Amino acid sequence: MAREMMCITCPIGCRLTVEVDASGSIRVTGNGCARGVVYAEAEMRSPKRVVTFSVRAAASSRAAGSTMVPCKTKEAFPKERIPELIEELRKLRTELPIKTGDPLLRDALGTGIDVVATMSVD
Amino acid sequence: MTELSFDAAVVGGGAAGMSAALAVSAAGFSCAIVERDERLGGVLGQCIHNGFGLIEFKEELTGPEFAERFAQRIAGSGVKVLSGATVLSLDATATPKVLVCASPGLGMARIRARAVILAMGCRERNRGNVRIPGDRPAGVFTAGLAQRLVNMDGYLPGKEAVIIGSGDIGLIMARRLSWSGCAVKSVVEILPYPSGLPRNVAQCLDDFGIPLRLSCATTRILGDGRVSGVEIAPLDNGAPDMSRAERIDCDTVLLSVGLVPENELSRQAGIELNPMTGGALVDARLMTCAEGVFACGNALHVHDLVDYAAEEARRAGSFAAAWLSGERAAPGPRIKAGANVRYVAPSRAEPGRRNLIYFRPLVLRPEAVLELRLEGELVSSVKKKHVRPAEMMSVSVDPAGWGARALSGESVLEIAIP
Repeated sequence: MAREMMCITCPIGCRLTVEVDASGSIRVTGNGCARGVVYAEAEMRSPKRVVTFSVRAAASSRAAGSTMVPCKTKEAFPKERIPELIEELRKLRTELPIKTGDPLLRDALGTGIDVVATMSVD
Repeated sequence: MTELSFDAAVVGGGAAGMSAALAVSAAGFSCAIVERDERLGGVLGQCIHNGFGLIEFKEELTGPEFAERFAQRIAGSGVKVLSGATVLSLDATATPKVLVCASPGLGMARIRARAVILAMGCRERNRGNVRIPGDRPAGVFTAGLAQRLVNMDGYLPGKEAVIIGSGDIGLIMARRLSWSGCAVKSVVEILPYPSGLPRNVAQCLDDFGIPLRLSCATTRILGDGRVSGVEIAPLDNGAPDMSRAERIDCDTVLLSVGLVPENELSRQAGIELNPMTGGALVDARLMTCAEGVFACGNALHVHDLVDYAAEEARRAGSFAAAWLSGERAAPGPRIKAGANVRYVAPSRAEPGRRNLIYFRPLVLRPEAVLELRLEGELVSSVKKKHVRPAEMMSVSVDPAGWGARALSGESVLEIAIP
């Protein structure tokens, strides 16, 4: 069984072909570097993506012109749980001020992955 | 009128403006950034996705994080930031040059500067530029405007969108809208291949099952008051085949149809533009036809990676500082775009050093050979990989060893991909 995929690790975007043999071992071809193999293995077993989003500031602390605080998951997040994560982030309100790197949501959905602010907002 | 005076003034406080200002200041000259927004960072503030800084910081950052790193450097430097200040005019012929600007803080201000660096960034092409016929309903946005509305203002532009153009901005917004609760029905691209990076096609379209229609023109936008759909048709020999036209229902249209360097100020100041880039025509030291006026970043030519825009701006700042110290560029060959090269920037190379020339290919090839010909004679050939129109490339040009011909300002160096 062979699967084609595009590696998203860097802007080059190598076309990967991934074969799984009877014992479950993965063989990757088409990768331009070792990171492609890491990506392909993760993609086959447990696809993850870094999620970037904007969280709404709490009305009580909203300064003029500061409505949304951009944020990201500190590491790649399990892909199938992203819609659930987004729902949490949409409902979330954050107090201001906030500094880049401050956590907005700790241990999101019990994954151990924090969502942190990517902009300092007064 | 407030009167201010600096060695150098930088118009624009985005990635390029900040980078150029830091280089000028590091060389010991007084420098001011005139930025129309309240905060520094330019478009980066709304680019909340990651992929920035891989080259500049060796880390994968989001746009705001990249901007903040530079803003922190600015705060720690001697650069004066005039924010909320819009430059209304530039007199590039006066000595020193004069910028007139307005801001709530300064009122009307006249800034005198011996050197000026233009770093105004770029604008998006809109529906009028690409002339999509049909109705004129509400709900048509350029992708960047939609990005700002979603990411910074917290609005959803609609519930069901079609995105016209598969450049990176359109692809990124396909993902952003999908994550934000607006369904993306399709991305429609007029070329036979996507304009953006393959990685973005994968993580912004494939991940969401969003169809990409290639070689398809958008023939009409439909709607009474509000967008109700778009009509698209596949291209046949370059023209839309209306017999195969189809309608896609939607309430929102995003246009990702190209960026144009912002040069209203340059035109007003009488600075000659390069018709191939839409930015100023510059010499080997990124100086325009106006002595002591330099250009860099997206205002000079549209970059794909902010890292390269910042790097180019750093050089522009260094060149401006050198100019302020009395250094002048030596004459050198004019650089011309040859076969399969859309444009080159800057337009001249200087003998005695390595020159970094940026260019955009017109072809899609996994491997290609770049040929440099001086007055028709091959002087250098360079192998390049991953050649595609979506990615700007660079080549280092060193006229050493080309002989006396290279020292003449009359000679022409052509860069081509045969």
